[in-house]
Amino acid sequence: MSQAARAVVQPGFDVFAIRRQFPILAECVRGKPLIYLDSAASAQKPRAVIEAMVQAMEHQYANVHRGLHWMSERTTEAFEAARDAVARFLNAPSRDEIVFTKNATEAINLVAHAYGRGVMDPAKAVLISAMEHHANIIPWQMLRDERGMELRICPITPEGELDWAAFENLLADGRVGLVAITHMSNVLGTVTPAERIARAAHEAGALVLFDGSQAAVHRRVDVQTIGADFYVFTGHKLYGPTGIGVLWARAELLERMPPFLGGGDMISSVSFERAEWARIPHKFEAGTPPILEGIGLAAAIAWVEQVGLEAIEEHERALTDFALARLSAIEGVRIFGRAQDRGGVVAFALDCAHAHDVATLLDRQGIAVRAGHHCAEPLMHVLGVGSTVRASFAAYTTRAEIEALAEAVERVRRFFA
Amino acid sequence: MTDAFADLRDLYQEVILDHGRHPRNFRRLAPPARYAKGDNPMCGDRVEVWVRLDEGERIGDAAFEGRGCAISIASASLMTETVRGKSVKEACALADAFRILVRTGRCPVCGGVHAEDLERLRPLSGVAEYPSRVKCATLAWHALEAALTGEVGATSA
Repeated sequence: MSQAARAVVQPGFDVFAIRRQFPILAECVRGKPLIYLDSAASAQKPRAVIEAMVQAMEHQYANVHRGLHWMSERTTEAFEAARDAVARFLNAPSRDEIVFTKNATEAINLVAHAYGRGVMDPAKAVLISAMEHHANIIPWQMLRDERGMELRICPITPEGELDWAAFENLLADGRVGLVAITHMSNVLGTVTPAERIARAAHEAGALVLFDGSQAAVHRRVDVQTIGADFYVFTGHKLYGPTGIGVLWARAELLERMPPFLGGGDMISSVSFERAEWARIPHKFEAGTPPILEGIGLAAAIAWVEQVGLEAIEEHERALTDFALARLSAIEGVRIFGRAQDRGGVVAFALDCAHAHDVATLLDRQGIAVRAGHHCAEPLMHVLGVGSTVRASFAAYTTRAEIEALAEAVERVRRFFA
Repeated sequence: MTDAFADLRDLYQEVILDHGRHPRNFRRLAPPARYAKGDNPMCGDRVEVWVRLDEGERIGDAAFEGRGCAISIASASLMTETVRGKSVKEACALADAFRILVRTGRCPVCGGVHAEDLERLRPLSGVAEYPSRVKCATLAWHALEAALTGEVGATSA
């Protein structure tokens, strides 16, 4: 982190100082200053991330792990430093447990293929929840169709929390081999009780995978404290670049798992008859990895650590409380998800207008939100709604932006009433 | 109200709001009316379209049911009104012209055979500025074509 970047973050969390580090936030959309409330889909990038990637491309770039020349060695160091940064970020016991993937979706698919195919059969089950993103549903459906195991769905309460009694019941027969569950719902904002889930899963003889795509952005994740077996997240929601995700898994599991993709960089020796796999984590990283993206992710993690995850969490909690209070006071607004422990996403519907119409009218006023099923179509069925509007918050979101959202929603309602 | 919302009217003109709130021909037709449904997998919206052909293979009645945004409902409603009396070929040609209208914002055959119909549909041309919303406007039209040509389902892409 450069001295210049460090200097603009004030003690006590100055959101305006943070905003100045995001060049895109100075943009106008449809003639209005951008109000970006779609960070749960993808977060904007601070200058530190942009500059780290540009710096690499301009001054220090080559392929990694193979060159015997200066550029390759320096680039390898920078890329492998990203692995160290991620290991520290998750408090992983070892850097060798960090596997880089394309995104969180690929990380879950990796586990379904390399772990699930080896252990699942018709006598076993995978347990997910009713509030999963498609990324944590489809890979298990595909595995079920191939291996014949049962796919169990744990229901949620009307508040949008995991139905704990049902969860325990679904584990009770000991057939669940893997619990794969979100650490924070991308629709309801619900943060799931990760430690409790891991404990219950282990007591029932199951391993546990957390989809941390949302959670890792909003609060500190410690895979050892949680007691997780697998944890995945993606770079682009963490203020980093697209094209890089992370699978963390306990080394012992990674050692046992066969490779997911074959190719260069994942072997230790090759003949035309056979190959020997490289040691972990490289066994799972076939081909040229996301080098620039890794460098960008390392910069993003450094940026988040510098601002402070605890400070970000506190800031977002205040914003979320305000958003929930302000929006629910508007007549005709229905909010989905009232969990006690929740992060900075708020999904809602208007009585008089479809979510797409709301989103388009908000866009006309410079406000970016998401509308639709948010890649959680089964959850929409549970909620009994076709689609919702979702506003999501980040370190750079201000209270004034949420006020602007609320006023715009009121305006939309008058427009359609 | 008109002034306060002037900036929103380019897309949501009064005729769209009206048809969105009070869709015309929102009902089912009994067999042997032709039928097709259209799904928008992006948002879960769905319309079902029925068409009855009279002697001479002209559209005697068209109706729809469904759920969706104001754009998709208004488009379906206006469609059921404009295709009445048309031959299958004419209705398909109008559907083609309509798709160009909502993709480009411009009337493809001004002064041509569909001039009057396209003038009625022109309020929907505002979606051209919103690429993600074009499929909302075309959903019912895809279903209509599917019904007329004998396919059962259509996906608005």
